[in-house]
Amino acid sequence: MKDDNTPISRKAFMEELRRYQKGSVSRRHFLGVTGLGTAAAVMGGALPGLLPGRARAQDIGDRVVLATWPNYHDPANFDAFTDATGAYTQVNVFGSNEEMLAKIQAGGSGWDVFVPTNYAIPTYVEADLIEPLDLSKIPNFDAAAFEKRFSDAGTIDGVVYGVPKNWGTTGIAFNSDKTGGVVDSWKAFFDGARDKWDGRAMVHDYQLTTIGNALVYHGFSFNSVDPNELAQAEKLLIDVKPHLYAISSDYQPAMRNGDAWLTMCWTGDGKQMNADMPEIGFALGKEGGEIWSDYYAIPKDAPHKEAAYALINYLLSPEVNAKEALAHGYPVADSRTNALLPEELLNDPIIYPAAEALSPLEFGAAVTLTDPNRAELMARFKSA
Amino acid sequence: MTQSRARALLLTPAGLWYAAMLLLPLAVVLIFSFGERSAIGGYAPGFTFEQYANLPARFAAFRNTLTLAPVGTVAALVIAYPLAYFLAVKVSPKWKTMLLVLVIVPFWTSILIRSYAWIFLLGGKGIPALLESIGLDDVRLLNTPFAVLVGIVYGYLPLMVFPIYVALEKLDKRLLEAAADLGTPPWRAFLQITLPLSMPGVLTGSMLVFILLMGEFLIPAILGGGKVFFVGNALVDLFLQSRNWAFGSAVAVALVGVMLITVGVYTRLVKRFGASRDDVGLM
Repeated sequence: MKDDNTPISRKAFMEELRRYQKGSVSRRHFLGVTGLGTAAAVMGGALPGLLPGRARAQDIGDRVVLATWPNYHDPANFDAFTDATGAYTQVNVFGSNEEMLAKIQAGGSGWDVFVPTNYAIPTYVEADLIEPLDLSKIPNFDAAAFEKRFSDAGTIDGVVYGVPKNWGTTGIAFNSDKTGGVVDSWKAFFDGARDKWDGRAMVHDYQLTTIGNALVYHGFSFNSVDPNELAQAEKLLIDVKPHLYAISSDYQPAMRNGDAWLTMCWTGDGKQMNADMPEIGFALGKEGGEIWSDYYAIPKDAPHKEAAYALINYLLSPEVNAKEALAHGYPVADSRTNALLPEELLNDPIIYPAAEALSPLEFGAAVTLTDPNRAELMARFKSA
Repeated sequence: MTQSRARALLLTPAGLWYAAMLLLPLAVVLIFSFGERSAIGGYAPGFTFEQYANLPARFAAFRNTLTLAPVGTVAALVIAYPLAYFLAVKVSPKWKTMLLVLVIVPFWTSILIRSYAWIFLLGGKGIPALLESIGLDDVRLLNTPFAVLVGIVYGYLPLMVFPIYVALEKLDKRLLEAAADLGTPPWRAFLQITLPLSMPGVLTGSMLVFILLMGEFLIPAILGGGKVFFVGNALVDLFLQSRNWAFGSAVAVALVGVMLITVGVYTRLVKRFGASRDDVGLM
């Protein structure tokens, strides 16, 4: 066992984390050897709201229901939350913002916390489905620590509805052994898909990104709803379709077993594949594409609101958030969390791309999500 | 009097069940289909035929479904009939139970898991890799209509086997003995006795499989790689992605309509076919 007073090196921390994730060491060992157990105890002492006594645990109830995205959390953090508060986190995983919105719109979702992306928040506000946040219950959220562009979509008309979780991009993952090098433009992606990578490319089963990147191919805005520009994007997509390997947002299995050679890809998936198979790279489209930011939010009809606040507050504590980032590989906009992350992660070009690579990217707009013409275009593309 | 009251009482649970679980949702779907999509998605009340006028936008989905559902049904029938015949007529009673259980066993696992298994079998490291070792290069199976067909037949085979098995099991063997005594060759006895008498099973099995296939969305989504688009997939997208509940409801109503027509026509054809066979059988 390690002396708790000696800080653990970043490399050793990563090794211990991997060992723990593989199940070869117990959580107790992991928390002890990395000092996180002590850190949590100290944190708990410093923030009475984080590690309440049994009496307090009664207050937030025995469960909290979280609706989130795939591969987006460190399960060990949920266990620690249960140990600290007595509330068990029930996780529901979704494939798209539309799907999440549809469930909340239908009513009775039973969710306490959900994770909308920047462009979805205005729609929730308009439909009166999202709770204005009482920031006094989220002391771990420090607005000053967050980069503005990744946190401002959570505030609408001066009311805070969401606090930032992670941000990321939608780029291209490619298997360089098969593609013969880096694929870093949507021109190369869509042209190659019809030519030398016939039957090997995948696009998302998601209108926002698939249509958006087809628009970017033609030099239009990712968010365009202009009928002429959409028509050109549609022509491209329908032309490419017979040559695609699949239209699916579940691209990791096909990329990993070598059936697909390149795919539209979100940051964290790119990092996860790259970590296991270095030949799989991730690049942003030179012409542009999407940059996004996800937020923790609470539905109006959340059954366990106190537990929801407790969970958000817990996940936003820099120590916990750093563990989350180590597990899922998505960047964090919180400078306090980044201060705790290992250097190699902060310098990783996949997770934290250079500013100039990010500059042509666009945040998705609310209308991009709800535009009926884009939805119909996607249906025509899929049924063609 | 008491008898009719007892009957009413016994039928009440089924009546309530159908009213609550079938008629009520159907009514909601029907009402929604005349409404509109609200600006941010979902349903906005209204009375318009716009959604029905827009149905041609999903023509391709109906065409795909109406192609692959009958093909899948026939393929399942062709594979299931000999199997059911073998189980009902040929196999010794000692093995029968075990073999029947083997047919059911896949049902103990979710169709989702079983379809995922096919991803690996049909993917590049599965059957195509085997074919490559015998010189057939670059065979693509996954994410094609063929893969969807394989998944469909695999998934629904037991639903076809059992009704046919039951029909063949009840077959009076003395009819076949009598035919043999009178000098009928086995193939003629099969065509004139066994096949006509097993038609109710064939009809039931085909209906079960066909009706379920018309609403299928999981297998095309998983094994078709999103490129094979059924009406079921159109409905999932309309309700969960574009959240156009009004148009989704109209598509659902249209699907029910198409299903009623096809099943009606099918039943009529098979009845006529079955009846003429019976006449032959009685000759």
